[in-house]
Amino acid sequence: MGALQSLPGQPQYADLAEKTGFSYDQIGVLHKRFNQLSHNEETLRRDHFNDIPDLACNPIRSQIIEAFFDRRNFRQNGEGTVDEIGFEQFLVVMSHFKPPSLHITDDQREKIRKEKLRFIFNMHDTDNDGTITLEEYRHVVEELLSLSETLEKNTAKSIADAAMLEVASISMGHMEPDEFYEGITFEHFLKLLAEFEIESRMNIRFLKMDTTTLCK
Amino acid sequence: MAVLLRPPRRSCSRITALLVRSACVLFLVVVCAASAARRDAVEGNNDTSHHPLTNSTAHKKKPFPVLSFNYDHVRKPFEISLWILLALLMKLGFHIIPTVSTVVPESCLLIFVGLLVGGIIKAIGEEAPILDSKLFFLYLLPPIILDAGYFLPIRAFTENMGTILVFAVVGTLWNAFFIGGMMYGVCQIEGAKLADVDLLSCLLFGSIISAVDPVAVLAVFEEIHINELLHILVFGESLLNDAVTVVLYHLFKEFSHAGTVTVSTLSSVWSVSLWFHWEVSCYMAYLSAEVFHLSGIMSLIACGVMMRPYVEANISHKSYTTIKYFLKMWSSVSETLIFIFLGVSTVAGPHAWNWTFVVSTVVLCLVSRVLGVIGLTFIINKFRIVKLTKKDQFIVAYGGLRGAIAFSLGFLLTNSEMKQLFLTAIITVIFFTVFVQGMTIRPLVELLAVKRKKENKGSINEEIHTQFLDHLLTGIECICGHYGHHHWKDKLNRFNKAYVKKWLIAGERSTEPQLISFYNKMEMKQAMMLVESGSAAKLPTIVSSVSMQNIQPRGPARRRAIPSISKSREEEIRKILRNNLQKTRQRLRSYSRHDLMLDPFEDLSEVRFRKQRVEMERRMSHYLTVPANRQETPQVRKVCFEPEHQVYTYDDSDSTRGPRSSPPDAVSLLSESPQRPSRRGDGELRAKDEQEELKLSRCLSDPVQRRKRKETANSSHNNNK
Repeated sequence: MGALQSLPGQPQYADLAEKTGFSYDQIGVLHKRFNQLSHNEETLRRDHFNDIPDLACNPIRSQIIEAFFDRRNFRQNGEGTVDEIGFEQFLVVMSHFKPPSLHITDDQREKIRKEKLRFIFNMHDTDNDGTITLEEYRHVVEELLSLSETLEKNTAKSIADAAMLEVASISMGHMEPDEFYEGITFEHFLKLLAEFEIESRMNIRFLKMDTTTLCK
Repeated sequence: MAVLLRPPRRSCSRITALLVRSACVLFLVVVCAASAARRDAVEGNNDTSHHPLTNSTAHKKKPFPVLSFNYDHVRKPFEISLWILLALLMKLGFHIIPTVSTVVPESCLLIFVGLLVGGIIKAIGEEAPILDSKLFFLYLLPPIILDAGYFLPIRAFTENMGTILVFAVVGTLWNAFFIGGMMYGVCQIEGAKLADVDLLSCLLFGSIISAVDPVAVLAVFEEIHINELLHILVFGESLLNDAVTVVLYHLFKEFSHAGTVTVSTLSSVWSVSLWFHWEVSCYMAYLSAEVFHLSGIMSLIACGVMMRPYVEANISHKSYTTIKYFLKMWSSVSETLIFIFLGVSTVAGPHAWNWTFVVSTVVLCLVSRVLGVIGLTFIINKFRIVKLTKKDQFIVAYGGLRGAIAFSLGFLLTNSEMKQLFLTAIITVIFFTVFVQGMTIRPLVELLAVKRKKENKGSINEEIHTQFLDHLLTGIECICGHYGHHHWKDKLNRFNKAYVKKWLIAGERSTEPQLISFYNKMEMKQAMMLVESGSAAKLPTIVSSVSMQNIQPRGPARRRAIPSISKSREEEIRKILRNNLQKTRQRLRSYSRHDLMLDPFEDLSEVRFRKQRVEMERRMSHYLTVPANRQETPQVRKVCFEPEHQVYTYDDSDSTRGPRSSPPDAVSLLSESPQRPSRRGDGELRAKDEQEELKLSRCLSDPVQRRKRKETANSSHNNNK
């Protein structure tokens, strides 16, 4: 795309707007931000993300960054990871956080819920095999607690174990002692967070006005 | 107040016991006071009739009246105790008659009782106590507000703070001016005989009647269990509009003392009120001394809200329970008293009924509320992510109940003619909102299929994901490049953790992440649930037959050794296990925060109870997880037997080996229990039976039971294979 002046209503934003649902203004703002992050290059790489100082104190920083380079989030049914992304992919990943509009049907709401939950699922399932294993879940909990100074290895493990047990109970109900619960599939994940109301919680406000960016 | 008696029976019975006990105490106090009065009366009589110098001699000379009736001396505390006793009895009584309380909200019933009592008092010819403003604002209202502030759901409150503030400040202002203005118009109508009510008085009246009342809202909304968003909107608004109401009230009162109204005073009124509005909404936490001084409610709420996280982190579970029940009880008694007094005051007070005035007041209140809510929601929805739907708006508008605060403010008025007129209208509005709106809101909620409060299951997955989502959204906001809602919340949390918590929370708890404290709380809650309810409880995670072994990844060392052990050997091992478990249970240390000090010389039932408890906790934790250790060494639970029967190591440090390394016997012994439920018919019953049996067999070590259990264990084990 290059470093263009973001004029409102630019035609090249038209297909982006259609694909992601952002308005022209929002796309313009995000484009500016993209250029700022990538130092006016065409693509973003992981080290560009590492330059954001505020992100450094986030416990799940690496997972967030990975999510941007995960092809499963590009809505093209791809798999695997890439090393650099263009503005389009950046926008597509961001569009997962768009709040749903007020007047949508139940089907659309369900679709949006699934999308958002899929995003989070992909963040947990790091090895791309379609299930969240106990190890991966443990890793999630450890990362969440990684900022705590008094962390003991066992605490995170216990919490992850308890959580896994809960998932298994909810999804499987009854299991023989020699059966083994492989991992959380996407269906189980949906069932687990059925009451979580993710479509109203996993949103951020995308600005239409360009605020001079205060955090770099 | 319905909160107290809504939760499951065990706490209901606890509350009932508490109430009965306090009623007895009060009765005793009353009796003592009465007897003290008698004694004092005696001495008083003696002293007044003789010289103080000859006190001692006077006592001997005067005949000693054994019984004298000196009511005045003890009147005040006696009457107060009587009222409290009445309130307590009412609360108990309503829940013995269940059908009535489902249709009619408690507040209505209480007002009705107040009316009855007022009628009785009036019939006797006594002077009824009126809901004195001082009594109300200083004694009755604070407990309710403190309780409300302490148990306010902070997350929902802060997320909707903007909306709540707009409703509270702008909405109340709109209501006050609209009602005041329109009432003035109504008063100008010929034939209404209201010509002497001037604009300022109307505005004053408007400001009194405009405020949504937290007590009434709490009383009604608690019972209908609507979803958290609506509850927090209406309730938050009712809490925060106090500042605005009080400011307006004093403003208009001052102006009405100053004289007649001219255009200039009106405009200055407007500008001053605008200024107050701005000040209140921008500097919520730093209200100017005057406003803050006038608004005790705000300070109480702030106190309760701020205090809670630090108090809860510092105290033990027992203290927490004590505080919780104490606050709830106190506020519940207050609330009951308020409604009863409202009823009594209605009967007692002099009334000036004017059809036009009263009817137009009621109508205007409704109209202005609806208009206000619709208008404000239209504006607010532009800024909200989760918009308010029409249904939400309706409930918010319909939930604008007026209550005792309006009455008390009206009571503070000085002008006697208009005061009676106003008071009558205020009482009518209160009755209308509480009775009509209060009673119909529940069927309306069901009719409109408004989302209800979802059961708080305390799912650890949801907690994990709540935290995860918080961090995720903060991160995305950083990447997007603007400081949003999440960013500031995150900063506040970090500040809190780094500085405030270190000072205010004792010990290691200050550095405990929220997830861990949640997890601990949940485990303890489940343990308590198990212990308290014995066998009849619903055990969502326990009844399912999934246990740790289903989740732990299979290692190469995992072997099914059951087929290789002979039957008799198995039985031997099982017998030894059972024997030793009973002995060593006393050596097991519980991982929960309750210190189970097992004193072998204690009462047998106590010991048995504790055995049960530890047993259940152990079983539960086996199903949940390896427990989280904070301070102790990992080797908390190691059950040792003779070396050749080393059957059961439950070693935390070695959790990879963990339950897997225990021979299949021990595991199957325990995992048998959840499998048995699946063999039988119905849910609760089998869990109950199973637990009963286990309890009995383990704790009593009755040979009969043991044999029976052995048999059933054998049979199920055979079925298993």
